[in-house]
Amino acid sequence: MKRTEPFDFYQPATVAEASRLLKDNGPGGRFLAGGTDLVIAMKEKGLLPKYIVDLKRVPGLGGIRENGDGTMTIGALTTMYTIETSPVIKKKYPSLAQSAAEVGSIQIRNRATIGGNMANATPSADVAPSLIALNAMAKIVSAVGERTVSIEEFFRGPGQSVMSADEILTEVTIPKTSPQLVGEYIKFSPRDMMDLAYIGVAVAYNLGKDKMCSGVRIVLGAVAPTPIRARNSEALLEGKILTEELAAQVGDEAARESKPISDVRSSADYRRAMVGVMTKRALLNAAVGPAQAWLDRRDRRY
Amino acid sequence: MKKQIQFTLNGTRASREVPNHRLLLDLLRDEIGVTGTKEGCGTGDCGACSVMVDGRLICSCLVLGVEAEGKSVDTIEGMAEGDRLHPLQTKFLEHAALQCGVCTPGMLIAARALLAQNPDPSETDVRYWLAGNLCRCTGYQKIVEAVLDAAAEMRTR
Repeated sequence: MKRTEPFDFYQPATVAEASRLLKDNGPGGRFLAGGTDLVIAMKEKGLLPKYIVDLKRVPGLGGIRENGDGTMTIGALTTMYTIETSPVIKKKYPSLAQSAAEVGSIQIRNRATIGGNMANATPSADVAPSLIALNAMAKIVSAVGERTVSIEEFFRGPGQSVMSADEILTEVTIPKTSPQLVGEYIKFSPRDMMDLAYIGVAVAYNLGKDKMCSGVRIVLGAVAPTPIRARNSEALLEGKILTEELAAQVGDEAARESKPISDVRSSADYRRAMVGVMTKRALLNAAVGPAQAWLDRRDRRY
Repeated sequence: MKKQIQFTLNGTRASREVPNHRLLLDLLRDEIGVTGTKEGCGTGDCGACSVMVDGRLICSCLVLGVEAEGKSVDTIEGMAEGDRLHPLQTKFLEHAALQCGVCTPGMLIAARALLAQNPDPSETDVRYWLAGNLCRCTGYQKIVEAVLDAAAEMRTR
């Protein structure tokens, strides 16, 4: 089994210091959060960093806070397990908790962070479609300044984000949402756990008392180089009353909008077909609420 | 490229000079000599390397030894109290919940973490919590039964 090679190791106390280390030490550096991607890359994918900058001593990068203006901020070093079990997230954005719960195992989720997951930019990442469905924004900081990028625009391709080497994602903020917001994330994979998504579907919409849907967002994972919005599909449902028939039509359109490839896990045709099925299910599940939202997947409580 | 670290191992203070790139798993097994924790896959998929760090269940093959600085690490060696086995260990023996035993330290550590968090898990809870611990021998049934039985006994204490 491969082993890691020597590297220099820094544990800065501020974001600015961390960013400066990358700028000053030049290429060959990597940030370390939970390590569940970086250490595997060093062992299995030939990554040989010259130096590693551990972010875990920087205060203020963790925690989940509900802000006075109705937004919710999740620190970049928040682990998947914390998101999965957070009472405020389970209450307000249960589909986000759901997506975090789909990642790896308990062991992985106790280390994997939301910031590291975004920075790793895997097209099949489970949390990304849910964040995009919630219109989440990423705060990116370096020694010289900061900027905000929507998660929707954060990814450029497999393994590529818009961040440069010395930039650090510090937090993700979900804008204020309507109390009528419902959502669902379905990870379609052959194994119940410890699997990568063949496809991922995240939906979010405001469900009126008359079952009319507005603010519809449908986001597909693992069927394009990045997570993608299915905008034509959204338009089919926007302002309409949700029925099983309409959900099926929206699913068919989402299948047409997806751009899957055939790989070791699945053929493109099968992925496309499953986008249709799972989009329909996600829309219908979201309407019946979290208590029953595990209809087609599994019933999980710890 | 080395760091002097202080940490606690199974309740005992430890101080060591650790190369930056050394994995926690290898620090435990090769340098300190506590070999109860096993390497199954090296990629965080099998859970044989499961240990507790600051009360959290993690895979030690994905953590650097230097990240243990200031933390408390618990391995399988600390599970029994001298000759007194932990109820999970007793039940694993009673139920024959192991064959080759390689997954067993990780299973026990993971199961203990579950019961600390949820003393009355359902079978579904147990199976999903242990999803990160793979076993090639037993087919899991006896492991699950042993965990549920241990949980029941621990609830009567």
